[in-house]
Amino acid sequence: MTYKRGIDQLPIPPKDARVQNVTCDFCIVGCGYKAYSWDLSKQGGTAPGENAFGVDLSKQQETESPTWYQPSMYNMVQQDGRPVHLIVKPDQDCVVNTGLNSVRGGRLAETRYSEQAGTMVDRLTHPLIWRYSQHMPSSWDDALSLVADVTRRVIEEWGEDGIIVSAFDHGGAAGGYENTWGTGKLYFESMKIKNIRIHNRPAYNSEVHATRDMGMGELNNSYKDAELADTIFCVGANPLENQTNYFLAHWVPNLRGTTLVEKKRRFPAEAHAPAKVIIVDPRRTVSVNACEYEAGKENVLHLAIKPGTDLVLMNALLTEVVAQGWHARDFIAQSTSGFDTAMQANRTSVKDAAEITGLAPADIQKAAKWIAEPKAANQPRRTMMCYEKGLIWGNDNYRTNAALANLCFATQNVGREGTGCVRLGGHQEGYVRPPGDHVGRPASYVDQLLIKGEGRIHHIWATDHFKSTLNAEEFRRVYRRRTNLVKEAMDSVSYGDHAAQVDAVMNAIRQGGLFSVDVDILPTPIGQACHVVLPAATAGEMNLTSMNGERRLRLSEKYMDPPGEALPDCLIAARLANHLEQSFQGAGDTETAKRFQGFDWQREEDAFMDGYHKHADGGKYVTYERLRAMGTNGVQEPCIGFDGARLIGTERLYTDGRFGTDDTKAHFKTAQWRGLQAAGREEQRKQFRFLINNGRKNMIWQSAFYDLRVPFVRERFPLPPIEMNPNDMALIGVAPGDLVEIHNDVGSTQAMVYPMENAREGECFMLFSSPLGQVGNIVSAHTNELVLPNYKNVWADIRRIGRAPQADGISFKALEYPTEI
Amino acid sequence: MLRDKQSLNQTRRSFFKTFATAGIATATAPYQTAKAGFRARVDYPSTRLANLRDLRINQPIDINYPDAESPGVLVRLGRKLSNGVGPDQDIVAYSTLCPHEGFRLIYDATDKTLNCPGHYSRFDTELSGQQIFGMCNQSLPQFSLYLDDKGDIFADGADELIYGRTSNVLEG
Ligand code: SF4
Ligand code: FES
Repeated sequence: MTYKRGIDQLPIPPKDARVQNVTCDFCIVGCGYKAYSWDLSKQGGTAPGENAFGVDLSKQQETESPTWYQPSMYNMVQQDGRPVHLIVKPDQDCVVNTGLNSVRGGRLAETRYSEQAGTMVDRLTHPLIWRYSQHMPSSWDDALSLVADVTRRVIEEWGEDGIIVSAFDHGGAAGGYENTWGTGKLYFESMKIKNIRIHNRPAYNSEVHATRDMGMGELNNSYKDAELADTIFCVGANPLENQTNYFLAHWVPNLRGTTLVEKKRRFPAEAHAPAKVIIVDPRRTVSVNACEYEAGKENVLHLAIKPGTDLVLMNALLTEVVAQGWHARDFIAQSTSGFDTAMQANRTSVKDAAEITGLAPADIQKAAKWIAEPKAANQPRRTMMCYEKGLIWGNDNYRTNAALANLCFATQNVGREGTGCVRLGGHQEGYVRPPGDHVGRPASYVDQLLIKGEGRIHHIWATDHFKSTLNAEEFRRVYRRRTNLVKEAMDSVSYGDHAAQVDAVMNAIRQGGLFSVDVDILPTPIGQACHVVLPAATAGEMNLTSMNGERRLRLSEKYMDPPGEALPDCLIAARLANHLEQSFQGAGDTETAKRFQGFDWQREEDAFMDGYHKHADGGKYVTYERLRAMGTNGVQEPCIGFDGARLIGTERLYTDGRFGTDDTKAHFKTAQWRGLQAAGREEQRKQFRFLINNGRKNMIWQSAFYDLRVPFVRERFPLPPIEMNPNDMALIGVAPGDLVEIHNDVGSTQAMVYPMENAREGECFMLFSSPLGQVGNIVSAHTNELVLPNYKNVWADIRRIGRAPQADGISFKALEYPTEI
Repeated sequence: MLRDKQSLNQTRRSFFKTFATAGIATATAPYQTAKAGFRARVDYPSTRLANLRDLRINQPIDINYPDAESPGVLVRLGRKLSNGVGPDQDIVAYSTLCPHEGFRLIYDATDKTLNCPGHYSRFDTELSGQQIFGMCNQSLPQFSLYLDDKGDIFADGADELIYGRTSNVLEG
């Protein structure tokens, strides 16, 4: 049944409500919000003089009203130990979202911890320790001294390579500059941890090594550029669902032609038209639908490529652009190297490409035209190129990424207004850490190490391998076995005898056991296997800095208390360092103890000043106070100065034609096609009927950690959906809402059938990283040479298990907006 | 576009009720601790929308409820629905202000959905206004209906907050 809140009125923030800057916790776009909070016993009124907006709320508000807040934007929380009303609503004055909220950001308030409202009440509130055969609440001192003592003993016996770390490296909640610095300082400075991995993949590596090697950072333009581009070239991405307000607030105006005035003003000598858009995606996504609605079908080219063949398309586009003489000769001569070699190696005819990619030759030629045909003599097009997981987690990551960057350099679509060659991104960014060169390249394949029985202690920070790894069934099986060995050992000794506990743990470890510590905000599947679980604070419960997809740095302010004794991750890292110092002192190793000094932080701001302020490019100009004054618009990194009132930032990178290489030139790269690169995939493709593509859905943020607990989302997706063509459904005899098993040579997983009229036959799409049906179960362990997984191109068979719970209350009507009405 | 400057005489001045604590708790769980005097639910006017005779299957008619500034549709869907009214239990009514940013929703008779030209949200009229895709964190407000013996159809409530209001029944 359709969930209804039954709420038909909301409290009104009084005139003197506290107003703070918030950046949305969730996706890379980092939309600006404002938090209004006020005493629980007070209420504002509808008269303009009685409420925080200064508006007459007794009247119906206009369309796009800056004062509208939905029930999901309201909650009751604790602030400085007192209950307050809270509204978190989008900020009209933020240039990122101009007052828009997405379905995810619109429930920032509703996803906060509230004992009054009953939201997120299973947040972790106190440290938990495995004792008396279950997770028991305990104190920070108790939990951290156990972790520190076992960590020390592991280092003494096996060195630092005995420690395995899984940690966030991004911005937004479960990350941010404070927390990446806190963990970074602990693991890369106090220690030199080599066996470390990132939250969504099994190694500590970049998802875009190629473009970085070629001299181009992956976030190099401004959201403004999407408003100014002549053409948007979008590869393996679905911005309406994944970068929603970037798409709505910056792409759509250009597609509609409402930015023409601005284009003419900025480039008076050029010809202008509303943007054209090319979307390379095997699926017809809602983004394609929305682009067609806004720009007209004639201005949208959807290249429904054969999965995994993007590299061939990029090479063919490059070949065609150069053959037509549309390349940027001067720029290539002055600012790049390796053009001729790359051209020779990568040359791919339109005909060959059409065969491999399954696209029509005319469409490839049309794409080349839209990307690079000059608007008139000496008027090169401005094409913004962007990509995300379809390319990153598709086939042959390094080479495919390089092939796209080649096309960008050949057409000089970087460093100019209306251009850029960028990731669209998932999370916000917030990386500042001591150098991690010791990790090496290729980095350790951490999940395989754990499977092989290596590693003695595992520190986990807001990461869940159980949901987001490949070869996940085997991983979970081994992980549970190894951590169970330690649990049984702990159960055999009374807890109060600390020395005996640590000895018992060490004995179990020597026999192949693994001691495991999980830092998170909510109970997670992997956390159940752990011996110590530590409660972290999240955005809103601490001050947190991050940057978005256009490098826009903001301070998202603390507006409520963390639940129970939860702490910001940076302070957990600091307290762990303090305990490690004590532990080594106690063991008489004062030399090692010293390495854990420098963690006397009391507030997250201390971590910011120690990390970002001292170590980030331009960080010396930035303080909390200065950032707070910059509001929800913040400043674009790198920061290059402070004029006494405002921080001065950088709108786009590489405007001077100098790139991030030793010789400052952009380096072309050879990128030859070698078929499906991950071992075994070609055979799998022949053996199984369905491609199981996967990715995100608009409504669900990341691994659904909050959304599982939100009735409004749960009613739509009680289980992860798998989108299928109705003919495929008929073929295997399944109906909408059926629970199915997806199985192949690697493993099996489950999902709920969701009919999709315009899905291609034989190609399904499943939600990635759901706790209730992990795609990783059917993804083999093979990666590319830099340990980048190919999560996307897997094949499997599907069979019916039964009916998904609640399926009969779900509407399975088409997702697409009906453009004909 | 939605400022239809008609008189507000359909709006009944809301009646300020003071609930006992227990009453508040059962009426709306999230607001248990609200101060006394905070109304759990507002009181709705009973408003005649149309007569049975006016309705053709799958042809919505425009209505306003609970007042002139709140547009909606009344539609007979031709299929029995769990909360439909009328002889065939197939009549329902919804607000047509998109709960995201208040654009006017458009009815698509081919699949009986209400659609938002603002940012593409879609709502299923056959399933209590469930959001199929979109930007809203609530499904569409549905108006509760009843019939009198003359076949007049009345609305007398709403199950979600209507766009652009802090209270479904305006206090102006
Ligand atoms: S688009 Fe992303 S950042 Fe913006 S509100 Fe939605 S989830 Fe948050
Ligand atoms: S106003 Fe309807 S989706 Fe935005």
